[in-house]
Amino acid sequence: MSEALKNTLQGRAAVVEGLPEHPAVKAILAWNSAAFVDAKFDRGELTLTVAREEIRGAAAAMQAAGYNFFEDVTAVDWLPSTPRFQLSYEILSHSYKERIRLRVLVDEESPAVESITPVWPAANFYEREVFDLFGIRFEGHPNLRRIMMPDDWQGYPLRKDYPVEGYR
Amino acid sequence: MTETIGTPILEAAVAEGAHDQHMVLNMGPQHPSMHGVLRLVVEIDGEIVVRLYPEIGYLHTGVEKTCEAKFYHQVVPLTDRLDYLSPMANNLCYCLAVEKLLALEIPEKAQWLRVLLAELTRLNSHLIWLGTHAMDIGALTVFLYTFREREEILRIFEGLAGQRMMTSYFRIGGLSMEPPLDFYDRVQAFINIFPEKIDEYSNLLTGNPIFRSRLKGVGYLSAADAIALGVTGPNMRGSGVDFDQRRDMPYSGYEKFQFNVPLATEGDCWARYEVRLLEMRESVKIIQQALDGMPEGPIKADAPKIVLPDREKMKTQMEALIHHFKIVTEGFAVPAGEVYQGIESPRGQMGYYIVSDGTAKPWRVHFRNPSFATLQALETMCKGRMLADVVAVVGSIDIVLGEIDR
Repeated sequence: MSEALKNTLQGRAAVVEGLPEHPAVKAILAWNSAAFVDAKFDRGELTLTVAREEIRGAAAAMQAAGYNFFEDVTAVDWLPSTPRFQLSYEILSHSYKERIRLRVLVDEESPAVESITPVWPAANFYEREVFDLFGIRFEGHPNLRRIMMPDDWQGYPLRKDYPVEGYR
Repeated sequence: MTETIGTPILEAAVAEGAHDQHMVLNMGPQHPSMHGVLRLVVEIDGEIVVRLYPEIGYLHTGVEKTCEAKFYHQVVPLTDRLDYLSPMANNLCYCLAVEKLLALEIPEKAQWLRVLLAELTRLNSHLIWLGTHAMDIGALTVFLYTFREREEILRIFEGLAGQRMMTSYFRIGGLSMEPPLDFYDRVQAFINIFPEKIDEYSNLLTGNPIFRSRLKGVGYLSAADAIALGVTGPNMRGSGVDFDQRRDMPYSGYEKFQFNVPLATEGDCWARYEVRLLEMRESVKIIQQALDGMPEGPIKADAPKIVLPDREKMKTQMEALIHHFKIVTEGFAVPAGEVYQGIESPRGQMGYYIVSDGTAKPWRVHFRNPSFATLQALETMCKGRMLADVVAVVGSIDIVLGEIDR
């Protein structure tokens, strides 16, 4: 592993200082500096945390900055920490040949974020999957239905407090 | 906490299908052309597709949840079963992701062998795609031919790992064991004859007027749609988007190999067919380079607390025995952090996202599989075309339901 990848930058100030020329960092500062809450550069991967309300705007800003390909969105359940859920969006740039991660923290009480399906239609199935398995709602999603589990299923299986044994 | 949003799919399609003349047709999950258990609800006007809803989840096993209860090394055999036609690609992606978390260097020979096996897997997967795709169109002969060659690949895998399909041959930190003595000769013998076999398939299909007319101009996907809908791999390159992670974001030593990335611009089923045929020829080139330049050395990283010791050492050395016991019973702790590792699987961009909380079991494992996103583009490709073209399109995008439903 090269030396550059071994460096770890923790926190927004360190990333802004350490990677001032990074196109994603420049784009997010130009877009809305206030909504850019936290950042991390670890193991060669850049993670930008944005405020929960601003994810669609951040996605659009990244798309405009050349990060043209939406690859993945998934959630992590950090029970018992608060805020409980983390959403990780993996976005790839065909021109820069690298990916970044947008990160959003979501509370346990009525978890909801704005859908980014209007920005990238590719997010459609992925957001449905997160809704199905974690119970996080995506506002503005065209068809937010369960995708893996049956339509009448109760509960959200990938949450950490979902029982893994016994009868349902 | 229960809530259901939206209506079940068939009812929704019927309710939204305002036009009395339209018919809602259910295809699958048990339908010979649906590649497993894909279910499509198709709204048709006469024979023209108006809307199409893919309905998935019939193979959902909750494997991501299962992974959270396993040690890191126990997840490797689970990944085989996602995309069951290219197990080595899944293994590779998972091992690379965990190695990234551990910051583990793996020896060069292991990297080269991994590339060789990943490309053999690509041939294996493309052969099944070609055979079943042609069979869907009605050309049964090709299926028998491609399975003849696939059988040889499976025999090589069997000699290597003891298993034909679910090989689980990769390990975190390297490979499970040295390949058998005749491995390199068998691979060489196979790729010596294989280019002729590709010509043979091509002779049967490329000039075949029925096959051409079923594929040309069918299932059009523009480059912009491919990017917007998350389509990757040969399907995306068939639409003219020139991106291949092996070349553009190399992993596991791919930067040391010379190969071309086939590209077509038409965006129809025929373009995807041509791209995959050319990809097979490029894979043969990569395998030949890997055989010619195979370095000497160990196939496992020097990390006794992570990599299981050799059987011989375990029986003779106390320390190796202790390490073996500890790894098997307690696993190994992985530093906290999150990584996303992408590779170019035979079907497109595969990416594994692993979150570690510093213990011996992953806190969260997520599989980004190419077929899942490709399926979203199915409606775009089929809209306004004949119902019979749906079968051709589903065949041409090469999906595996095991990795879609997970």
